[in-house]
Amino acid sequence: MPAYNEEGSVAAVVRRVYESAPPCDVLVIDDGSSDETAVRAREAGAWVVSMPFNLGIGGAVQTGFLFARDHGYQLVAQIDGDGQHDPAILMRLLSKLSSDESLDMVYGSRFLEAERGYRVPLSRRVGIKLFAFSLTRILGQRITDPTSGFRLCNRRAIELFAAEYPQDYPEVEALLMLRSGGFRFAEVAVQMSNRAGGRSSITRLRSGYYMVKVSLALLAGLLRERVKLTGPTLEPQV
Amino acid sequence: MHARMQIASILFAVAVLVLVFELVRRRKLSERYALLWMSAALALLLLAAWQRLLYLVSRAVGIYYPPTTFLVIAFGFALMLLLNFSIASSRLSAETRTLAQRVALLEMELAHADPDAPLERDRARDAELHPLAGARSPRTGAQRPAANPPGA
Repeated sequence: MPAYNEEGSVAAVVRRVYESAPPCDVLVIDDGSSDETAVRAREAGAWVVSMPFNLGIGGAVQTGFLFARDHGYQLVAQIDGDGQHDPAILMRLLSKLSSDESLDMVYGSRFLEAERGYRVPLSRRVGIKLFAFSLTRILGQRITDPTSGFRLCNRRAIELFAAEYPQDYPEVEALLMLRSGGFRFAEVAVQMSNRAGGRSSITRLRSGYYMVKVSLALLAGLLRERVKLTGPTLEPQV
Repeated sequence: MHARMQIASILFAVAVLVLVFELVRRRKLSERYALLWMSAALALLLLAAWQRLLYLVSRAVGIYYPPTTFLVIAFGFALMLLLNFSIASSRLSAETRTLAQRVALLEMELAHADPDAPLERDRARDAELHPLAGARSPRTGAQRPAANPPGA
């Protein structure tokens, strides 16, 4: 659970995970918060890893995957510390993931079904749709919510993300990365609520940078993938 | 190129060369970055000292005033150096990020490892505080990392 200055909401989310999610350990990644996020999360009974400075969402989330990899966890759920994601839905993600052996990751999509009670600002909605459209084309798989940070990963995906994870605005690139590595993933329709507290890290000024950065990353990732496909295949030496 | 201009160019290139070498000698500049600087200075020195080459290069690329060629090449090296720094800073920030992640995880595990309390007692105390703590996950069989309950 990545959290940056979420002292108002993080404890409630942690408690709710213990109450309503499948049995699990909760690791809160306090990404260099200047408020009491770490204390509140610890009081609520979570493990808290405090980054020495703000790494950004990519670096924070990867820390969680590193921890999971090094301690032998078989499943990792990523859920926001701001209360947008309802931990009870993790049950649905889990049943979807266990319903299909070949799936490596499932994630919650706000747009798979007509959403209720969740308002996405128009500018951001346009951006999301744009990425959803291009990813659907690139991956040949219907993607409706490529920026979702509400997901459940199996051991294979954990090991991939621990070794390499995109930075800054990682979710879109992560999907491309998964596909390049031959991983499979699926969307699950979820509702998300508006933030319980704190502020979104994506301000209006930054969303322009977001669009350009992710587009560039997609293009680079695509070209990297092409090169990989045409290059020599690496077979394990006997 | 006028003689004055040539002398000034040569002096400039030599000065850069000497400065870079001196910085390496004092260990203020690592060889890795010095090499690009020195090759830039050497190339400029060559063009300044060998007028014929400067004229040939100028004519080849269609520049009518040879000293401009000198400037263009100097500018090209400056761009290369800047790009080199951007590459270096991307690498450094990736390395710093990895370090921060490792340090943060180690700090957490260190804070939870209480040398006075054996693991078994920790787990018992864990279990009192939280029903899931210390137990094997029923789903995965993964062992919760042995430690004190957070905040204890």
